[in-house]
Amino acid sequence: MEFKDTQAIYVQIADYISEQVLLNKWQPEERIPSVRELAVSLEVNPNTVMRTCELLQQQEIIYNKRGIGYFISPDAVKKIKQFKKEAFIHNELPSLFRNMYLLDVDLDELKPHFEKFKKSNFN
Amino acid sequence: MINIQSLTFSYRKNRPLFESLNLRLEAGHIYGLLGKNGAGKSTLLKQMAGLLFPDGGSCEVMGYHSAKRQPAFLREIFLVPEEFYLPKISVRRYVNTYAPFYPNFDEQAFFSYLKEFDIPRDQQLTEMSYGQKKKVLISFALSTNTKVLIMDEPTNGLDIPSKSQFRKVIAAAVSEEKCIVISTHQVRDLDNLIDSIVIIDEHKIIFREDVQTVTDKLSFKTVSRIEEATGVLFADSNLRGHTIITKNAGSEHSKIDMELLFNAVLTNHKPIQEIFN
Repeated sequence: MEFKDTQAIYVQIADYISEQVLLNKWQPEERIPSVRELAVSLEVNPNTVMRTCELLQQQEIIYNKRGIGYFISPDAVKKIKQFKKEAFIHNELPSLFRNMYLLDVDLDELKPHFEKFKKSNFN
Repeated sequence: MINIQSLTFSYRKNRPLFESLNLRLEAGHIYGLLGKNGAGKSTLLKQMAGLLFPDGGSCEVMGYHSAKRQPAFLREIFLVPEEFYLPKISVRRYVNTYAPFYPNFDEQAFFSYLKEFDIPRDQQLTEMSYGQKKKVLISFALSTNTKVLIMDEPTNGLDIPSKSQFRKVIAAAVSEEKCIVISTHQVRDLDNLIDSIVIIDEHKIIFREDVQTVTDKLSFKTVSRIEEATGVLFADSNLRGHTIITKNAGSEHSKIDMELLFNAVLTNHKPIQEIFN
């Protein structure tokens, strides 16, 4: 995994785990690799991975079975989408809206572009 | 785990290296010791290991005065120095000779580290390159399972694949009971492993904070126009823009830039220290 310089490592690892879930690589009720295993494979401090697990647990994306490890929550996909949506509205929409405003682009005008994009990328 | 109080030390009269230096390090962490050339990093590490003695003050490690070099202390501490000598013997004989000093030595782990680092196990130590020797020593150090592990510039001389292997083995070695201290100039080699930063300058420890506390209080970012940023504590400008440190006003989660932090603490120490007080 290649880390970016822009965001805290523990957040990037949380994104990485969330992505594995969205890509169906890790299924609900499946045990995720241990803190130590993740730290070794990602070449980071185990305390950083611990912080990631605390964050994901707080977001109810994973849960802890005492003495066994962390598991993917049954409704992890729903939770991840909810958090990603909030982040998208919060972080990415403002700059898009700014450009739309500056360039006089109406929301309705974008709809056909969005439909076309979905067709060519996800069909 | 390591408790240094009012440490005074000089190699030569009237040229003190440390003047009432204080430092406390706990188990369960990887400390990155940073400082300019000649600031005294290696000297401080040698004080911890009992290879140099304080002129004044005290250096206690695991409750022992390190200068007394008691066996119970020596079997729980290992120092990988930057410059070292290995005798003209095989790896096997080296282990047979030195491992008995460390009651928790794990021979199986040692040979698996060697394998990880791609070191032939039946070669003479003196026939190896500097980098290979260093990897033997690092493997040995990790296998001793001492409570305190000190490494002086461990990534110096390691080739590119070894640096990644080094990070993996260190990540695996961390435990609640262990205190790992690493001095380095190559912070980018280790910045995801180090969880606490210690900066030594002008005879003293001038900065010692957890990475988490640092990023809670400071923001690290790149901006194209420095005028747009407010409350800039330190800036480094290059063609790509300005990498800056500001006070973390809200709840930003930026990635620490240790080189930038180091330069900032050295040149603009007071306002930064005030944020942490």
